Amino acid sequence: MIKLTRLTKKYGGFTAVNGIELEVPRGELFGFLGPNGAGKTTTLRMISGILRPTSGTVEIGGIDIVQNPMRAKTKLGFIPDRPFIYEKLTGMEFLRFVAGLYELKGPLVEHRARELLALFDLEDWRDELIESYSHGMRQKLIIASAFVHRPEVIVVDEPMVGLDPKAARILKDLFREYTNRGNTVMMSTHTLEIAQGMCDRVAIIQRGVIRAYGTMDELFANDAAGSTNLEEIFLRLTGEKTARTLADVLNA
Amino acid sequence: MDVPERANPSIVALLRPKWITMRARADANRRGHRFRIFFLAMLGTAFCVFAFVEMYKLLAHFRSVPDVGTLLAGKLLGLVLAGFFSILLLSNIITSLSSFFLSKDLDLLNAAPVSKRTFYAAKFIETIVLSSWMIVLLAAPVLAAYGVVYHGGPFFPLVVLALLAPFFIIPAAVGSTVTLLLVNVFPARRARDVLGVIALLASGGMAILFRMARPERFIQPDGTRVLGDLIAVVHAPTSPLLPSSWVQRAIMSWLGMRTDLLPYAVLWVSAVTLLAIGALLHRALYDRTFSQSQESGSRTARAGSFTRRAYALLSPLGIVRRELVLKEVRVFFRDSTQWSQLILLAVLVMVYVFNIKFLPLRGEGMTVFLVNVIPFLNLVLAGFVLASIAARFIFPGISLEGRTLWLLRSSPLEMRQLLWSKFWVGTLPLLILAVLTVGITDYLLQVTAFMMMVSILSITFLTLAISGLAIGFGTVFPQFETENAAQIPTSLGGVVFLMSSIALIGAVVMLEARPVYAYLGAQAFGTPIEPWDMVVGFGLAAMLCCATTLLPIEVALRRLEIMQR
Repeated sequence: MIKLTRLTKKYGGFTAVNGIELEVPRGELFGFLGPNGAGKTTTLRMISGILRPTSGTVEIGGIDIVQNPMRAKTKLGFIPDRPFIYEKLTGMEFLRFVAGLYELKGPLVEHRARELLALFDLEDWRDELIESYSHGMRQKLIIASAFVHRPEVIVVDEPMVGLDPKAARILKDLFREYTNRGNTVMMSTHTLEIAQGMCDRVAIIQRGVIRAYGTMDELFANDAAGSTNLEEIFLRLTGEKTARTLADVLNA
Repeated sequence: MDVPERANPSIVALLRPKWITMRARADANRRGHRFRIFFLAMLGTAFCVFAFVEMYKLLAHFRSVPDVGTLLAGKLLGLVLAGFFSILLLSNIITSLSSFFLSKDLDLLNAAPVSKRTFYAAKFIETIVLSSWMIVLLAAPVLAAYGVVYHGGPFFPLVVLALLAPFFIIPAAVGSTVTLLLVNVFPARRARDVLGVIALLASGGMAILFRMARPERFIQPDGTRVLGDLIAVVHAPTSPLLPSSWVQRAIMSWLGMRTDLLPYAVLWVSAVTLLAIGALLHRALYDRTFSQSQESGSRTARAGSFTRRAYALLSPLGIVRRELVLKEVRVFFRDSTQWSQLILLAVLVMVYVFNIKFLPLRGEGMTVFLVNVIPFLNLVLAGFVLASIAARFIFPGISLEGRTLWLLRSSPLEMRQLLWSKFWVGTLPLLILAVLTVGITDYLLQVTAFMMMVSILSITFLTLAISGLAIGFGTVFPQFETENAAQIPTSLGGVVFLMSSIALIGAVVMLEARPVYAYLGAQAFGTPIEPWDMVVGFGLAAMLCCATTLLPIEVALRRLEIMQR
C-alpha cells in the first residue's frame, strides 16, 4: 500500500533521508522508530506529500504522490506530531472543513464528524473555538479529522504525544480495528513498548538510513547479541553509547 | 555542584537571553540578508535626515518671526512631545501585556527562584526598550534641530538625556500598572483583544479629529483669520499635568538661557514614585494575576441561520471553494487582530472622502479641464488607499496559513484553488469598496460621464492587479512564525509589495494620461481626438493590469508547490 523506492531528502548539504527502500502492505500496522533527528518526520512528511523528495519515489496504492498528488492524497490521512490547527474554528467546523477538502458534504459528514467527536470525548466541546482546547484535545481533534474521509492509509507522527490514557487506549484499538479491515497505518513513535505491543513490523532508522527492519521475531532472530528486548536492540543500533554517557554524567 | 539555598539570578541574567537573541538575529541578518539590512539602514538614515532638515527649516523660519516665533516653536515642541507621550503610553500598555503575561519565557521564569523585584525590573526594562526605541529614533532629529537652531550648546544632549529618561520611565510605569490591573479583570488573551481594538480606535479617532480640524485652512490666503487662529492656538492653555509639558518647559528654558529646575524635579520625582507604586502593586498582585491570565475563557460558535444562508449562497462554488471561503471569513471575523483593522480601513476611506469633499474645486481659477483632471489624479490616491488595504487584508493570507499548511498540503487540495480562493475572498469586498469610493468621490466632484467611466474601469482593473500582487508577494515573502497578523504588512515583503503597487499605479496613470488629456483637450478647446490614442492608452493599461493580476499568482503557485513546509 505504501512503497518507498530509494527515497532521499537533502536540505542543502545535509542528507536527512538517504535512499530508503520500504514496502508496507495493505492491512499492516507499521512502526517507524529512531532517535530524534533520525529522519522519521521527514520521511512521513514526504509520504504525505507535504515535502518533495530530492530523489526516489513514494507510491500510495500504486500511485506516485509526486506525479499524481491529488489521487494519491485522497487515499491518505496524515496526523502530524504538533497539533497546529485553525484556532478560530470550532471542533465541528474544523471537521466539516477537512471533509470539504475531500469534497465530502451533507448529513453523512455531519454524522461521521459527531461519531468521531464522541469517540474521542470531544462532543461537549464541538461548538467551542479550538483556541480553548488543551494540547491533548487538539491532538484528538486532528486524529479525528484524519479519519473523517475514511482513508485507506493513515500516516501518523508520534500518535500518543499529549493523549490521556483513555484516548491512547482508544487510538490503539482504533488502529488495530482499522488495519484488521484491510487499511494501513504507518506510525513513528519513541515509545518502544507501544511499537512492540502494537506493530506488525517495525523499521529502525538512524541518520536517514534504515538500520533494521522486520517483524519483532525477525528483529530478535537477527540480533547479534540474541536479545529479545526491542529497547536493547534499539539502543544498540542507535544510542547505547549515549546511554553509557548519561550514566557517567549522573555519577559525576 | 549545589544550588545555593537562596538562589536569585540577577536582572542581567534574566535579560541576557533577550540580548543574545537580538545579537543572533543581527548576525543572521548580516550573513543572509545584507540587502535587507542595507535597505533598512538607508531608509532609517533618509528618514532622520529628512526629519532634521524639515524641522530645521521650520524652526529657522519661526526664529525669524519676532515675538511669536519662539512661542510657536515651544508650542510645536509641546505638541510633538504630547504625541510621543500618548504613543508611549499606548505602546507600553500593549507591550507590557506581552512581556509580563504572554511571553514564552514566563513559565520558565515563574518556575525559577527569581525574586519579584528582579522579575519586575527585568520585565520593566524589556517593556521600556521594546516600546520606546522607535520614539527615540523619531525624537532624535527633532530635538537635534531645536538644539542647532536655538544654539543649545555642547551640554544640550545631556539636558535632553536627563529629561527624556524620566519621560520614558513614566509611561512605562503607568502602562505596566494599567496592564496589571486590566488583566486582573479580563483574562490576558481577552485583554489583548480589548487593548488592540482600543489602540486602533484611539489612533483612528486621532486621525479623523486631525482631518476634521481641516488644517489646510491655515494655508488659505485669509490673513486676518489665520493670525487670529494662530494667536488663539499659541495662547491656548497646555495641560500642566502632562510630562510632555514639563519636558517642553525645561527644554525651552534651557534654549532661552533661563534656569528652571522645577520641571526636572517634577519629572524625576514622578518617575521614581510611579515606578515604586508599580513595583509594589506588582508584588501584591502579580502571582494571582498571572495565574488568572492563563485562562483563555471559552467561546462557542454554533451553526445558526447565518451559516445556513452562507452555505446556500456559496454552494455554486463547489464544496472545496465554499469551505475555503467560509473558513477565511470565520477566521477573519473571530480574530480581533484581523477584523479590528477594518477600523483603520474605515478611517482611511472617511479621510479620503472628506479630503475630496473639501477640495477647493469651485471658484476662481478652476477650469473644466482642472475639475476633470483632478478626479483622474484621484485614481492615484484611491490606488494608494487600495494598496494599503490589500497590504493589511490580502498580503498576510498565505503567512497566516503557515502552521496549518500541513493540513492543506496533505489533502487533495490544489494550491491553485487555495490561492484563487484567497484572491477572491480579499478582492471582492475591496472591489466593492473601491468602486463605491471612486463613484462617490466622482459624484462629489461632478465629473463628466466619460471620466466617471474611465475612473471606475481603471479602479476595477487596478484593484484586481493590486490583489494579484498582494497574493504574489505575500507568498514569496511569507511570515510564517508571526503571532500577530497586524505585523505582517510591515515586513520587508510588505514594503516591497507597497512599492510595486505604487509603481503599477504610476504606470497605469501614465498610460492613461495621453487619451485622458486628448479627451479633456477636446472638451475644453475642441481639438480632435485620435481614436488610436484611446485604444493604445487604455488597452495597454488594461493589459498591464491583467498581467499583474495573473503573473504574481502563477509565481505564488510555483513558490507554494516547492515550499518545504
